Amino acid sequence: MRRFRRWGPALLLVTPSLLLIGVFVYGFAGWNAKVSTSTSRGYQITDDSVGLDNYQNLLKDERFNMDVRNVLIFTAVFVLGALVTGLVLAMLLDRGVRFESFFRSSFIFPMALSLIAVGIIWRWLLQNGEPAGGLNKLFDDVGLGFLAGDWYNSDSSWAIASIALPAGWALSGYIMALFLAGIRGVPEELREAARVDGANEPRVFWHVVRPMLWPVVMSALVILAHISLKTFDLLLAIVPKGDLALDTPAMYMWFTTFDGGFYGRGATIATLLLAGIAVVIVPYIWYSVRSERRK
Amino acid sequence: MTTTAEKTVVAKPPKKRKERDFRIQSKYAPYARFGKYAALLLFLVFFLMPIYALIVTSLKDPSEVSVQRVWELPSTWSFASFEAVWPKLQDGLFNSVMLAVPASIISALLGAANGFVLSKWRFPGADFVFPLILFGMFIPYQSVLIPMTETMSFLGLKGGLDGLILVHIIYGLPLTTLIFRSYFSGISDEIIEAAEVDGAGMLRTFFHVALPVAPPAFAVAIIWQFTSAWNDFLFGAVLTTNKSYWPVTIALNNIAGGQSIPFNEAMASALIACLPTLLVYVLLGRFFMRGLMAGALKG
Repeated sequence: MRRFRRWGPALLLVTPSLLLIGVFVYGFAGWNAKVSTSTSRGYQITDDSVGLDNYQNLLKDERFNMDVRNVLIFTAVFVLGALVTGLVLAMLLDRGVRFESFFRSSFIFPMALSLIAVGIIWRWLLQNGEPAGGLNKLFDDVGLGFLAGDWYNSDSSWAIASIALPAGWALSGYIMALFLAGIRGVPEELREAARVDGANEPRVFWHVVRPMLWPVVMSALVILAHISLKTFDLLLAIVPKGDLALDTPAMYMWFTTFDGGFYGRGATIATLLLAGIAVVIVPYIWYSVRSERRK
Repeated sequence: MTTTAEKTVVAKPPKKRKERDFRIQSKYAPYARFGKYAALLLFLVFFLMPIYALIVTSLKDPSEVSVQRVWELPSTWSFASFEAVWPKLQDGLFNSVMLAVPASIISALLGAANGFVLSKWRFPGADFVFPLILFGMFIPYQSVLIPMTETMSFLGLKGGLDGLILVHIIYGLPLTTLIFRSYFSGISDEIIEAAEVDGAGMLRTFFHVALPVAPPAFAVAIIWQFTSAWNDFLFGAVLTTNKSYWPVTIALNNIAGGQSIPFNEAMASALIACLPTLLVYVLLGRFFMRGLMAGALKG
């Protein structure tokens, strides 16, 4: 009874939230997995079970295979691009830059915009028409015409990589902020000690700061990779409807589920998406919570 | 979990002490300095370029708008593009306000309670529950959409804003809980124990000791939740069936998503839809940043 008097009110206070999260996150994800083993279609959930048929069909599905390839290309280019840009920005801003907060805010503000809007803006900037418009026109004007390209309209099977440009535009500032926090978290005494030993600034960075940045790199990788797999709004706003060359599993899920009513197939793609994200996120949460407990 | 990161991002680099500066000045230092600023300016151009195009295009006279002339300044300023799209976005803006305001406030209040319990009144099993809550922050929404439409239409909550608000509150909980948990972890245990010694129970301690010091955490949680609810697309697209309940992102996608709309109108509607969150960012960027860093768990 004393135990209840101590913990009872606290439990009562968090129970509604826990129940809601339990149902809406875990309950729904589980239910979705169940739908993925059924023949549900026509905007209806059917209670039959066909085992893993949907999964097997999906693996044989040409569109899905191309989607997986696309999202892997997009992820590779976007994650690497945003990671490098973020790191470079953080190193540029690290110490003693005038108007630092202005620069910092200018690099981060795209995070505040809706990705639908970001997509709409970039969809126009990345046009490939003749005469050159948008970004291509800008390249022409400053004598960098060779950089002009067909972007997402390209016939190349790498067209999806061009979406990494708007995605990187939107998220590099975030990665910069993570790196900046990491770099500034390195105790000044350590840097000072290396300087006393005769190291110049680049060597201080390389030998003192860099080794302490690995946890930040890991965080940034996990965050970028999971965002990349989920990317939907941005693609929806940029990709001309029905252009399968720029399709991804997240897009396929949307169209097959809500345009076609194929709930079974949609749920299958969604479950695979969840599995892919859980693979990177679960170890990350586990590591974060454990290292917090150690403090 | 995030407090050090928040501080260090905002903190200025430590001042150098004049007499004991061991930094070695290379003879190339002036060039390096120049290079650094040149690189920063280039990046600045890259990050501001789309916004320049957005603003300039939506303020041009529609007759002089083209993708080829996107970088030119307008010869005459005109609000014609805004006038053309405003009627189509008006309802969406109103719906988004009606949706994002209650969703962010309620989510923050519940998050405050959770965060307090999980940091200062840990019940047995709290350490097990917290990571489970956190996972909700990263889940791809695609994997809950089908059961969600089913459930919401069963409950009669599909179609209008009520269901959408409910869903935003729930999926906002992981982050608000995390923000308040980190914030309350910073309060010393002695204050909590002192309140207990004085005979205050859990609820009294929460309302009279924790909440009065929590306004900064509320600012972070509400601003971040407001921004994400405002910018959400998926939930709105699935749960609002009637045009009159569309949040602004859905309206924006439907009127400006295609190539059929003129360039200037696409830009004007994107600008209108972004303005509220952009304003929040410019005025309250500090709090926005903390929400951002909290979402990274480790920063």
